[in-house]
This record gives sequence, structure tokens and C-alpha cells, in this order.
Amino acid sequence: MTPLLSVENLSIGFGAAEPAVRGVSFEVMPGETLALVGESGSGKTISCRAILRILPKAAQIRTGRVILNGEDGTTILSDLSERQMRRIRGNRISMIFQEPMRSLSPLHKIGNQVSEVLWLHRGASERQARRTVMEQFERVGFPDPERAYNSYPFELSGGMRQRAMIAMAMVAKPDLLIADEPTTALDVTTQAQVLGLIKDLQRETGMALILVTHDLGVVANMAEKVVVMHKGRVMESGTAAAILRAPAHPYTQQLFDAAPAIPDEQIVGLPPSQEDLILEMKAVSKTYTMRSGRGWKGEKLIYACRGVDFKLPRGRTLAIVGESGSGKTTAARIALGAEPPDPGGEVLFRTRAGADPLTVHKMDRTQRTAFQRQAQMVFQDPFSSLSPRMRIQDAMTEPLEIHQIGTRAEQRERASEMLSRVGLNPDMLKRYPHAFSGGQRQRLSIARAMMLDPSMIVCDEPTSALDVSVQDQILYLLEELQETLKLSYLFISHDLAVVARIADEVAVMRQGLVVEQAPPETLFHNPQHPYTKALIAAQPEPDIDRPINLKLVALGAGSPDTWAEAFRFTDSVIPSLVELEPGHKVRCHV
Amino acid sequence: MTHLPDGRFVDDEPYDPQQSILELERRDLDAPNWLLVWRKFRTHKLGLVSGVFLLLSYLLLPFMGFIAPYSPNYRNADHLYAPPQSVRWVHEGEFIGPFIYPITAEADLETFQWKFIPDESNPLRIPFLCKGDSYKLFGLIESETHLFCAPEGATLFLWGSDRLGRDVFSRILYGAQLSLTVGLIGISVSFFLGILFGSIAGYLGGKTDWLINRMIEILRSLPELPLWLALSAAVPSNWSPVAVFFIISVILGILDWPGLARSVRAKFLSLREEEYVRAAEMMGASSARVIRRHLLPNFMSHLIASATLSIPAMILGETALSFLGLGLRAPAVSWGVMLNDAQNLASIELYPWTAIPMLPIVVVVLAFNFLGDGLRDSLDPYS
Repeated sequence: MTPLLSVENLSIGFGAAEPAVRGVSFEVMPGETLALVGESGSGKTISCRAILRILPKAAQIRTGRVILNGEDGTTILSDLSERQMRRIRGNRISMIFQEPMRSLSPLHKIGNQVSEVLWLHRGASERQARRTVMEQFERVGFPDPERAYNSYPFELSGGMRQRAMIAMAMVAKPDLLIADEPTTALDVTTQAQVLGLIKDLQRETGMALILVTHDLGVVANMAEKVVVMHKGRVMESGTAAAILRAPAHPYTQQLFDAAPAIPDEQIVGLPPSQEDLILEMKAVSKTYTMRSGRGWKGEKLIYACRGVDFKLPRGRTLAIVGESGSGKTTAARIALGAEPPDPGGEVLFRTRAGADPLTVHKMDRTQRTAFQRQAQMVFQDPFSSLSPRMRIQDAMTEPLEIHQIGTRAEQRERASEMLSRVGLNPDMLKRYPHAFSGGQRQRLSIARAMMLDPSMIVCDEPTSALDVSVQDQILYLLEELQETLKLSYLFISHDLAVVARIADEVAVMRQGLVVEQAPPETLFHNPQHPYTKALIAAQPEPDIDRPINLKLVALGAGSPDTWAEAFRFTDSVIPSLVELEPGHKVRCHV
Repeated sequence: MTHLPDGRFVDDEPYDPQQSILELERRDLDAPNWLLVWRKFRTHKLGLVSGVFLLLSYLLLPFMGFIAPYSPNYRNADHLYAPPQSVRWVHEGEFIGPFIYPITAEADLETFQWKFIPDESNPLRIPFLCKGDSYKLFGLIESETHLFCAPEGATLFLWGSDRLGRDVFSRILYGAQLSLTVGLIGISVSFFLGILFGSIAGYLGGKTDWLINRMIEILRSLPELPLWLALSAAVPSNWSPVAVFFIISVILGILDWPGLARSVRAKFLSLREEEYVRAAEMMGASSARVIRRHLLPNFMSHLIASATLSIPAMILGETALSFLGLGLRAPAVSWGVMLNDAQNLASIELYPWTAIPMLPIVVVVLAFNFLGDGLRDSLDPYS
């Protein structure tokens, strides 16, 4: 059988520099799914863009050919003129990009953008195109295609936008779809649904798929063939079953080991002791008022957090898990005193065991300064958490300067000590942050948070912007610091598998409410709430024999009023958090 | 490469799984911000050339008296509206260095115009480093030495002379002193006000932000030209040219700040969301420290670029006011004041060289625009 697309010995370079992609070859059979796996900077996206010849200006193809075989014979894409190439793009090969918000034009209605493909390639009339697009919308799972056709991208959620992108890529019935990290920007449950959708569509139309991803879990669920890339070279390629069952290359093995997975728990975990609490949040709520879209209508209330009770024992980790907009970051900001809770809520902080609790939002100046020394934060995006204008040394000593601790020499001393503590070299102090990789920068942020010798650290998705192997190292570092320094973590994440490893207690949040709270073992062994079940089911595992159970995902992923009777809640009727077994709380009607 | 029995391809080049985390990823970006900006700016040729040109122009300002052959208000009553004289090198096949033919004015009794006839039998070499009108170097040191001056008994009007017989070339050089600095003073005033109000609005937000924004909108909705006219009409006519000059630049600055304040505010709002600013706040840094250490350094470069782009507006503003006779007044010399002479259509038709001051204005304004453009392109060097 002839392959649909073959890439032969492709090398791509930027300017005069060494090639960024070297000697990459792969083949895609008709109807087959090929996964390109690699971390950021491995050249996977660039290789895909080279197929459609949509490379950035500075990049040029040095060697190699791209050959497309179809019903009408063989075409060598790398030799076509720009004009002939346009007839291929979107028609025979189409592409889905990572950011659904940025790849749709904000000024055009979704329907028009999707129809454009048909106008261009099929010369369809407006009415014909509309009919085809509506059918496509129905197939990608828009509940109301008519409304979707007439809405603008900002009116849709991330998942819906990605569905619109898929509809756009599929509407001209291409032979090959290239999906560049189509689900990386989406929540886990949405990711599972979108992956399921792509698979269904592929089965229906028989198109081939090149899936670019960094997640071996996604690969296990989707692909028949795998190409593993690292630093612009192919490390290993072959069938998914063979590679995932027994990785042959050490790099693949490393990726495999680093991939987070939800453990199979057989026992129920014990709740952490409640004696020496460092942080206690009591009935914390936060309501924002937002001006409504229509001019004279009243203001809209947004409940970011509703009645949150958390207890964090000293030296332990409490993880808050939820999708974007679930209120987990708001809860953390309130815990740090960056935002006041609604009246009635209270946050208590104890500096030492048995000390009088400080009320975080009613502190005077000296208490506040003391609190800030005790509680620090590690941020999500390692690229924006260090000022580009400051040397590492200045960024590291800043907390000490603010709190006027030590002389200049002592501050430097401590900075270099902390740098070695997080595994970096003290002579990096003189460097500027942009020379470092994401993982190194995250280590720097952790080192900066440790400068004041805090007892509690709030980690706001510290690993979600990092590659899996780096994520693994950072988690290891956090664990090690906790062990030696008796730190307490409030760990925020959208990823249950990451949390599984580090947390002593997990709270799952949805729409500002804690829906289930338990030690991780209990939670994974005996999840009660449909949303928790969906989160667990939606987690893609790098195990080819454990595909995502889409049914379970569908049961819990929808809005709370589609949940089973016992768990359903609306704006006015909210079930309370019930303790089913010791330390296992579920929000349900009993 | 190796092929496994199950058809797998495995790369067999040596691979180090424990790649050091101590290795710098982007060695090329390990430099202070200004160095990175400069490296990128260097590739923007047009901007670089403009920058060098402007730098030279500003450096030469204190030496204008030395370069100009005449003082700005020296009148040559016999040579009203004399056309430009060209500098020649070869006389009757013989090279004698830079020289001119002296011109004499004769009345044409048919058209009732002065005619200037060069005496081509009498080449006069242009003397260098000679004594001439006295001027002040840097405005302080009294001197009479000029780079070059008119030969004995002749005139040297490189770009012609004006209505009163003054040398246009010399006046353009002297005019540069005022016309180029008016932009700088104006931009400092507008910078100060813009940063002050913009950062207050951006940092405090709420009512203050609302108030400052409305103020900006009101200021921007006033028609600019009549306002200039009104403000400059309020300048007492008995003030010295220097005082008038200063007031004019302040007026230009006062009317220019709203635009800058808006961009400062916008930048402030976006920078406040950056995580390093949030991190500093969580460490307990005071507002003043956050602004000084984190916000200002990070948007200063943007401000410098936008200031560079608004200096031309100042220069053009001064020119427009002086052209209308409401800005600087004689005996002060600026390009706008000189163009005031070219208001009359008939005089441009007969004596086109009186409009030459337009040239430096166009060149300087373009140079500022290219420079600003180049700066703006190189502000984000981290990629």
C-alpha cells in the first residue's frame, strides 16, 4: 500500500544557524493516525508546518521532500508553486492549531469562517455552503448549530471553539488532518471529549491524522504509529503498541517514566491529623460583580468561591483540583491575603504549633510583614515570573531587601546557597532570566520563594507550563524541599495525576464549590462524585490497554444541572458537603 | 540507526538521559536588556542611519556659530534676495580648490528686479578658519573664527539670501538650535506629566483613573490649533525671545501629554498583571518599590520609543506656530520663523530658495520617525 504522505529526510534551519530539524522521515498511511511526540523545542511543530509550507519567515527547508499520494497521482509538495500549494491547504490537508482563541478571527462569525473553506475550494454558493457547514456543526457536537453559525468566537467556550476549528478543518473532507496539540489548552474533561470527537470523525471519513502532542497518554488513546522526536531528530518510530509496551530508546523510556498517571489504589487513605493546623479557611466565599453585557441591566454576580473550608496541617500538602474558572486560584489568593473574602469568611494562620492564630485579613502592619515572610507563592508561568530587567541575583535578594534582612553580602550568600539548594549553579547569579529554560526558571522561582525561609508555600499550577520530564523533576524538588524543611504546600492544579503524587489531601472544585474532598488514595479508590469520576476517567494514561472511558466523562463533565439527581445543584439549591467516611466529603443530597 | 524486528526504527546516536540542568538554554540572550535591544536595533539599517544623523545634528548644535559663515541677523543690504551661489573647483581648466565667482547686483529696468550677475573672470577662493562675525561657542565662549567665510569683497550665499539680505544657510544652522531643542523641552514636559498622570491612573485605578481619563478626553477633544493660538497669544509681546521660546515649548508639552499618559496607563495595567509584579507584591513590596523597581524599568524603553515618535509633532508644532507668526518672533531664528518669510506665494515663485528651510524640517522629522520605528521594533528582543 502506498503511504498517503511521506516525509523524507527533512531538515529545516533558521537563518545561518545549525538546522533545528535534522533528517526527519515518516510516513502516514490513508486512514491512519500518526503521533509526533516530543517536548517543546523538539521540532515537531516545525516539521508539521513544513508539510504545509507555512514556516516562519526566518526558517528554510534545507533538504528533504514531502510527497502526497492521492487518487490523482503523486504530488511532491516541496516542489509546488505557492499558488498550487494554496489548492492543497485546507482542501486535501488541513490543520488545527493549539490555541483555539487565536486561530479564529475575532471579527467574523464562526459560520462565515468555516464556510470560507467551501467558497475557496469548492466554489460553493452561500446557501450550499451554509447547509454543509450546519451538517458539519451538528456532527462535531454543537447542540444548536444555528446559533453556533451566527456566534462570534468570544461567545464560545474553549472546547466549543476547538470544535469549531475541527469543523473548519473537516468541512472540505481532507485526506489528511494535522492537529498541532489540539487539546493542550483545554481542561482534561474537554480534552477527552475533543479527542473522542476527532476519533469518531476519523472513523466516519477515513481520513489520516497527524497528531502533534507532548502527552504519551494522548498518544496511547489515539495513535497507531508513533514518532518520538528530541532536539530535531527522530529518536524512535514504530507502532504505538510496540513503543508504548516496551520503549527501546532511553529518551522514550524517560518520557514514559515521567508521564504522570493516576495510581490504582486498593486501600482507603487516612485523613491527615487535624491537630497542628498552619492554615485554616472557614466559610470563605468570594463574589465578584460584573457589569452585564446589556447596557441598562443590573449587575451580574459571579461566585468565584462559595463556602470553602480548608484545613492545612503543618508539613502537609493540600491540593485543590479543578478546571479553569473553578475558583481554585481565587481560594489561594484569599489564603495569602491578596484578596479579602466576603464578610463572614475567615482565614487563620498559625506561625508555630499552638501559637495564637493570626487572622489573615485583619492584620496590622507588623503582623502582615511577619505573615509575608511565612507564606510565599510559586507562580504558573516561569517566563513571566522573573522580571526581564533584573539579574538573577537582584531578583533573588529582593525579598530580603524588602524585609531588610542582612547585609548585602549576607543576602548574596543566601542567594547562592538557595540556588545550589534547588540544583542550580551559584555562578548563575550574574545571568539574566531569559537565558534559562522553563524548568530552570521554575527552579529559580522556587528558590526565590524560599529566600525568606517560609513555612507555607502556595504553588499555583507550578508545573502546567512545563514539559513532562521537567514537571517530574520539579515535583521531585518540591517533595524533597518539603521533607527537609517541613514546608506546608497549598498546591493548585488542574491535573489529578500530578496531584496524586504530592498531595496528602485533595479537594476537587467546580464552579466555586468543593464537590469532593478526601485523601488521594480514597479519592482514586472510591470516587463518589460524578465530576471526580469524570476527571479520573478523562485522564489520558500512557497505557494502550486503558482507553479513556468517554461515557464516564460525559456523565460528570457537563454543567452541574445535568448531574445525577443526588449531586445536582443550581444557583439556588446547593447540596451540602457530607462526610461519607472519615475524611471523605462529598457534596450531595442524602 | 537500528531497525528492530517489529519494524521499529531506533536512533542509535549516543544519548545522555541525564542532561545537565546547569546548561544555559539561550546563551545568546544572556545579556542586559539594553544590549539585546542594541543588537536588534543594529539590524534596522534605516533606524541606525537616522539615529547617527540625529546624534550628529544634536552634537553640532553648540558649534553652529563656527560652521555658519555669517551671523543670523547680519544684513547685506546690497544683496536682497540673492540666489544661491555655487561652489566651484575648476576655473578655465585649472583646479584651484573651492572658490566662487563674486556677484554684483544690477537693476533690471524692464522688470524692476534686481539681477545678480557673477563675474566669471574673477575666481575668489573660499578662506577657511578665518575671522568673521563674532558668536558664542556653547553660548559662552566668545569667538570670531569660522570654519569658512566669504572671500574678501564678495558674498557667500550658499542657499541664497532673504528679503533683508541675510544668508539663508547660516540662518538655517542657527534655526536648528531652537527648532531641534523645542522638541526636547516639550517632550520632557509632556514626559513628566504623562508618566505622572498615567502611572497614577494605572496604579490607583478606580475614581482617580476615571477622573484622569475624562481629563485626557476633554483635552484631546479641544481643537489643537486654535488652542495653541490662544495660548501663544497670551504670551506678553515684550518678553525676550528666549522666554517666548521656553513658554512655547512648555505649551507644546502641556498639550501633548494626554497621548503619552494613555499609553503609560495602558502599559501599567498590562504590566501589573505580570507575575513578577504580583510576586513582588506578595513579598510585601510597597507600591513605590513596585513602581520603581519593576514597572518603570520595564516600560521605560516603550516610553522612549513613543517619545521619539512624538518629537516630530513638537517640531512641526513649533514650525506651524512660528509660520503663523504666533510662535517665536524675530530676532529669534527658527525654521518656522524663516518660513514665515515664504508665506507669500509671489515670493516663492520668484525666490524659491526662501522655502529651503522646509528641507531640514522634512529630513529631521523623517529621521525621528525612522529612529522611533527602529526602536519600537527592537524593544522586545527576547525571541
